[in-house]
Amino acid sequence: MKVIIDQSKCIGSGQCVLSAAEVFDQRDEDGIVTLLNADPPPELHEAVRHAAAVCPALAITVREQP
Amino acid sequence: MSRPKPIVIVGASAAGLSAAQTLRGRGYDGLLTLIGDEQQLPYDRPPLSKQILAGTWTPDKIVLASDAGLDKLDAELLLGRSAVGLDVAERGVVLDGGQRIDFDALIIATGVVPRRLPGAGLAGVHLLRTLDDALSLRAHLLGRPRVVVVGAGFLGTEIAAVARGMGLDVTLVDPRPAPMQPQLGDRIGAVVADLHTDHGTSLRCSVGVRRFIAAATRVTGVELTDGSVLDADLVVLAVGASPAVGWLAGSGLPLGDGVQCDAHCRVAPQIYAAGDVASWYNNHFHTRMRVEHRVNATEQAMAVAGNLLGDNRAYAPVPYFWSDQYDARIQAYGIFPPEAEMTVLQGDLASRRFVASYSHHGTVVGVLGWNSPRELRALRQLVVDRAPSSPPM
Repeated sequence: MKVIIDQSKCIGSGQCVLSAAEVFDQRDEDGIVTLLNADPPPELHEAVRHAAAVCPALAITVREQP
Repeated sequence: MSRPKPIVIVGASAAGLSAAQTLRGRGYDGLLTLIGDEQQLPYDRPPLSKQILAGTWTPDKIVLASDAGLDKLDAELLLGRSAVGLDVAERGVVLDGGQRIDFDALIIATGVVPRRLPGAGLAGVHLLRTLDDALSLRAHLLGRPRVVVVGAGFLGTEIAAVARGMGLDVTLVDPRPAPMQPQLGDRIGAVVADLHTDHGTSLRCSVGVRRFIAAATRVTGVELTDGSVLDADLVVLAVGASPAVGWLAGSGLPLGDGVQCDAHCRVAPQIYAAGDVASWYNNHFHTRMRVEHRVNATEQAMAVAGNLLGDNRAYAPVPYFWSDQYDARIQAYGIFPPEAEMTVLQGDLASRRFVASYSHHGTVVGVLGWNSPRELRALRQLVVDRAPSSPPM
């Protein structure tokens, strides 16, 4: 799995951190998303998919790899 | 043997599309039909009153699913089609033109329709619900009209902020004492009022609209209930929206402020509702609610799809919403009943960087952050935990 974030779309809702705190964080100053792990281990995949699905800004893309 | 019937989803915006994606993502491999009354492929609405109206984003940036994503959905996509009736007993949806689509299960995700005022048909009077509405409004704002925005809720305040950001002469009118007062209370309403005034938007609160003034069929002004007249070349009506349940009249489904679902978002056997149109009982807050916010559309659709597949789970979320106005990002978790007591937990209102809690019957039911995203996320737990009302930290 490859995780891609778009900081220009992010609105700092923090929904991704609530879903997968091991993969996403927020900048201190404005809450914009930062990526802690672009290639998360399989046990986090479901949480990352959930984060992408509930992101209100559509700022997270998940590329599933074979 | 009868033909297999699809799961039918009426409404092809955020909730309808999320429901379809969740069904497929969780392995549903039967027939799926998605019906939407707009011609466009599903798109995201929050940017309409923000980046799309301001012109900083083009419409391709708000597409909710790529062509490949829609192909993968393997659904029959009926766009530009409206549902006009529902036969609960015989399990069929009737479309405009009379076509009938039988279903095995149904998800109602028809959203809301903007309220109008008498005179809404005049040239120069705009609504904002669809992408076409937003593009049309932007095109007209570029002509540098004098703007009156009627209604200072989420939509009206954001539209006023964008128009003012374009350097236009903007007046925001609302019968309540302050902008967003019904949503966030008197004290935050006052902060929102100051924000707009400081940016040069004229505020006319505690006064309603009596009528629109027109020359021939074009609006030229707005007469208020105190008798004063605002000259206007362009008027935006942002006076709220009503659940799109007209097509369900006569179906026998319980309707009120939206489709009246149970805690599982079910309204009848194998019939569910999700998104802006759905009223359901939220066990976390022990109250019925209907939420017109973006995250709920997705989360409720996911919950409904799961329940259709047998999850049998109550949907009891802590709602989230946000609003962008000028340099302010207002975010909130929870619910904000008018009688709730607000306490500033961090920062202060004057600095416009703060977090506040809202307590009701001795329990924290909501937290609101103003330019404080990280701090707010940490305090969300107070709502999750139903923490007792606390004094300021």
